[in-house]
Amino acid sequence: MASIDRTQVERSRASAPDTAATRPKPTLSDRIQSYMPQIVMAPSVLAALIFTYGFVLWTLYLSFTDSTLFPNYELTGLKSHAKLWANIRWQIAYTNFFVFGFFYVIITTIVGLALAIFMDQRIRAESFFRSILLYPMAISFVVTGVVWRWLLNPQTGVERLVQDLGWLSFQFDWIVQKDMAIYTVVFAGVWQASGFVMVLFLAGLRSVDANLVKAAQIDGAPLWMIYWRIIIPSIQPIVIAVLIILVQTALKTFELVQALTSGGPGIATTVPAIFVFDVMYARGQLGQGAAGAIMMLAMLLVFLVPYFIYLRVRRARGGG
Amino acid sequence: MSDETFDHTRLGTRRQQLVSRTIIYGILLAFAAIYLLPLIVVFLTSFRSIEDIYGGSLIAFPKSFDLSAWGKVWSTGCVGGNCQGISPYFINSVQLVIPATIISTAIGAINGYALTKWRFRGSEFVFAFILFGVFIPGQLMLLPWAWVLGKLGLANTTAGLVMVHVVLGLGFVTLFCRNYYMNIPDELIKAARIDGAGFWTIFRRIVLPLSPPILVVVVIWQFTHIWNEFLFATTFTSGYNKPITPALLAMTAPQTDLKEYNVESAAVIIAALPTLLIYFFAGRYFMRGLTAGSLKG
Repeated sequence: MASIDRTQVERSRASAPDTAATRPKPTLSDRIQSYMPQIVMAPSVLAALIFTYGFVLWTLYLSFTDSTLFPNYELTGLKSHAKLWANIRWQIAYTNFFVFGFFYVIITTIVGLALAIFMDQRIRAESFFRSILLYPMAISFVVTGVVWRWLLNPQTGVERLVQDLGWLSFQFDWIVQKDMAIYTVVFAGVWQASGFVMVLFLAGLRSVDANLVKAAQIDGAPLWMIYWRIIIPSIQPIVIAVLIILVQTALKTFELVQALTSGGPGIATTVPAIFVFDVMYARGQLGQGAAGAIMMLAMLLVFLVPYFIYLRVRRARGGG
Repeated sequence: MSDETFDHTRLGTRRQQLVSRTIIYGILLAFAAIYLLPLIVVFLTSFRSIEDIYGGSLIAFPKSFDLSAWGKVWSTGCVGGNCQGISPYFINSVQLVIPATIISTAIGAINGYALTKWRFRGSEFVFAFILFGVFIPGQLMLLPWAWVLGKLGLANTTAGLVMVHVVLGLGFVTLFCRNYYMNIPDELIKAARIDGAGFWTIFRRIVLPLSPPILVVVVIWQFTHIWNEFLFATTFTSGYNKPITPALLAMTAPQTDLKEYNVESAAVIIAALPTLLIYFFAGRYFMRGLTAGSLKG
């Protein structure tokens, strides 16, 4: 047996240089095989290149022209941008973005976190509450907007109900008040998003290191202090991710406002997304619309760039 | 896990516990009521007659049980000037959402697999390059898309919207699948490669059978987003080619003549039903997959 083994080894050794010399060149199909990952990714990269980056650049270019109904490729510098910033509707739109964005992001985060903390107290019927708080995530902004429009409308909603019950002087008509209508958009936005945020936070709360909490408990720290000083800081990455998700949702908010207030009363609840859409399509001011769209992107980057830097720093420090 | 952490419920005296429990349940029930209110109101309103509705607030129980809204909404209700009910738009949405979801899910699985199990020079960059698209507001892409769809002869068609949604979904589907496949041990793949299995064989034999949890996430995500999407749907389609979300907005638009809240409520329910059903039957798989993967990396 041993001798046979040896001869086999010797034979294979002897033939080794041979096979190297006569090894067939990789065939076309072998080459394709070895580049398969790149080939598979190519369509997606190409699509992103054209339909994301190409389109954004095209819009950027258009914002430097004074195109009206049709694209006109003659550059006119910052003329369209100047027109945009002089436009009262745009001024209202971006002010509304800051007002709506601020309250929407802060309130949704606080409500979501509070609900998550309550849900973390060994609640009976947890899955029952979770299903109810989360279902708005499954429905469209149009559905949310339409139904809350009815419920917030003084003639058909809560105000009418309370008055019919006998409190005749009751008033709740923010949705038709120029200065207050934007807060009804905040309300509907919070209603839709806070359950989703709650679930994200709840998953975070439950992954906090048990030993940290135990140690604090042994030290006699009260429950609120344990949450404030230990649990919430340790879910900081989730809090920041949630803030970013909400900021970009706020910036893209479009049909929620269309359905809830149609941007009204008047133009009081116009937001950037509605402004751009209207100016491009209803008013045929492509250059100005493109300038508005570019400003939307700029506002987004103001939040995204620090976030990406934060992620890099955290990863460099070895945090998950 | 919280069993081992600490028992919140045993902090404080018995009376304090009782008080804090009552407060917690009270707050949760109040929130549950606010969250359920719109659903209950549209449900009840869809069974009320017009005379009943115009007697008071929409927040009320039906005085009598009236089914007429449900017949009308499907086949004779008016959307804008078109009075053939909500059914044509519902069908458009079905024809849009099914192919778009299937195609994007397939792309997501293959992209995620290629980016994690066959890393190549620049594969991390490729991922970031594709992912960035998810942040871009649709307003920046409306006009160029309109131009492209026009050139391809796909303006005002469901096929055009399928293409738009497959492209818009690239970032998310790739993100979900990539993060999930990162957790499949590389040794499995290495062993198969030593045995001579190629890219597609490994995908079919090893990766795909491990994929159902993430494919559920991608399917639910894409289905929900595409069904609910408004901006592109309303911009690139008109008349009877509209999907249901923009059609619903057109149907419920404020108008000067008598609003049929019962018919509109039925339309709201029909528009929301497919995604709600998915949420109630598969929602927990979705949250399990989402919280496991999406916030990492």
